Amino acid sequence: MDLFDKFDGILGQREQLLSLGIDPFSVCMDRVISQTEAEIEGRHTILAGTNNYLGLTFDERTLKAASETLTAEGTGTTGSRVLNGTYSTHRRLEAELKEFYGTKHAIVFSTGYQANLGTISALGGKDDFVIIDGDAHASIYDGCKMSNATIVRFRHNDPEDLDKRLARLKQPGSNKLVVIEGLYSMLGDKAPIRELVEVAKKHNCYVLVDEAHSLGAMGETGRGLAQEAGVEDQVDFIVGTFSKSVGTIGGFCVSNHPKFEVLRLTSRPYMFTASLPPSVVASATQALKIIRTTPELRHRLWENASRLHAGLAAFGLDVGEEPSPVVAVRLQDPFLTVKFWDTLLKSGVYVNMALPPATPNGLALLRCSLCAAHTPEQVDTLIQRFGEAAEKLDLLSEKPAVAVAG
Amino acid sequence: MTEAASPSATTTFSEVCDLLAPFNKRGITVTPSTTFSSDLDLDSLAVMDLLAAIEDHFDVTVPLNMLPDLETVGQVAEAVDKIKDD
Repeated sequence: MDLFDKFDGILGQREQLLSLGIDPFSVCMDRVISQTEAEIEGRHTILAGTNNYLGLTFDERTLKAASETLTAEGTGTTGSRVLNGTYSTHRRLEAELKEFYGTKHAIVFSTGYQANLGTISALGGKDDFVIIDGDAHASIYDGCKMSNATIVRFRHNDPEDLDKRLARLKQPGSNKLVVIEGLYSMLGDKAPIRELVEVAKKHNCYVLVDEAHSLGAMGETGRGLAQEAGVEDQVDFIVGTFSKSVGTIGGFCVSNHPKFEVLRLTSRPYMFTASLPPSVVASATQALKIIRTTPELRHRLWENASRLHAGLAAFGLDVGEEPSPVVAVRLQDPFLTVKFWDTLLKSGVYVNMALPPATPNGLALLRCSLCAAHTPEQVDTLIQRFGEAAEKLDLLSEKPAVAVAG
Repeated sequence: MTEAASPSATTTFSEVCDLLAPFNKRGITVTPSTTFSSDLDLDSLAVMDLLAAIEDHFDVTVPLNMLPDLETVGQVAEAVDKIKDD
């Protein structure tokens, strides 16, 4: 018996992939060129799987804020937020978040993962219920696992199912927290947030929305899906991350609850880790200002998304019905997906590959995420190379009659 | 209590088996000691889909917290009976 025997299944799967000469989970960016390009294995590659929706990683204003703060305040805080790790820089970011969301309170965590972990684990007490969407992100599941609450799951994006499950919880007087996401990361599908919030409120639940992928991409000032749908006044907690549209790393939760700040003294993932480096905090603060004042970035992101969606759909690839900043090609056969992904990579296109059980409904995915900084020419190149790869793998059973791209 | 529980448990077990049928891709014979992971080869997501079907059929809530203790079909049937009694 070996301590690592439990991993034999996954090691076997990996061996199978390696025997094809493909190692999809060990890609290394040898040289990053820009928001949308890198050199991988000596090839110039267009990046279409970075979650860098607005391209702010190389914005000269965020770079300037980060480098000035790096020189002034050093490479790290070396301490917890509750000890020596809160600088006025961190306070300014929290002030910017309050302004960005128009809320009374904002708490910054060291990653988006920890923001969910820290919020849900602290809020979910022994006598409480946390009700989550079945397709929730791992950080939500892990936050639930770390909480003392009773965890109930409802069918993905299904308000009727949520209603039915909430009706079954008869324990009077217990607190209930419903957790949903704005945009689901794997397929890029939006939550029917109005209906879900309506059901949750009918059953007197608190509502938490994770806007990880929708922050910056949706809503008039980029706050996310709750803003776009006009339901922010009924959402009790919004969680988000700085590692997507904001272009750096970190996470947060904002709320108007009068006792919200007590999480700083009760949330273990907040307390027992070092705070973000000040340079990261300064670039996040700057990026949030850019996001709320630059709707053009969002428009460009959606134009690129629509262009790629239409182009891939024209090949007969299943990319779902609606365009979204995440365009996922849905395939059934994992091995074919791996080959498809590898063909793309060798033609200078990087997208994410996701295989079951990390994906919903047992699908194998080639997941693209768009960037406002992609040029229309880059998107056309992506489409062309997808077409070439699909043809090489004999996936284009019939030529598209009419190209809907445009 | 134990005597009264056993016929009900048997019925619950056979109903769970019916719900399990679409997930039993290898078509193995299901007994109370059949496990979801090694015998039925279900991944964690399939187990949760099956649980959702069980919850709906019996009109009960099986919290995710119970998952680690539900390794066999028999354990699920017992858990459903226990929840119905509560």
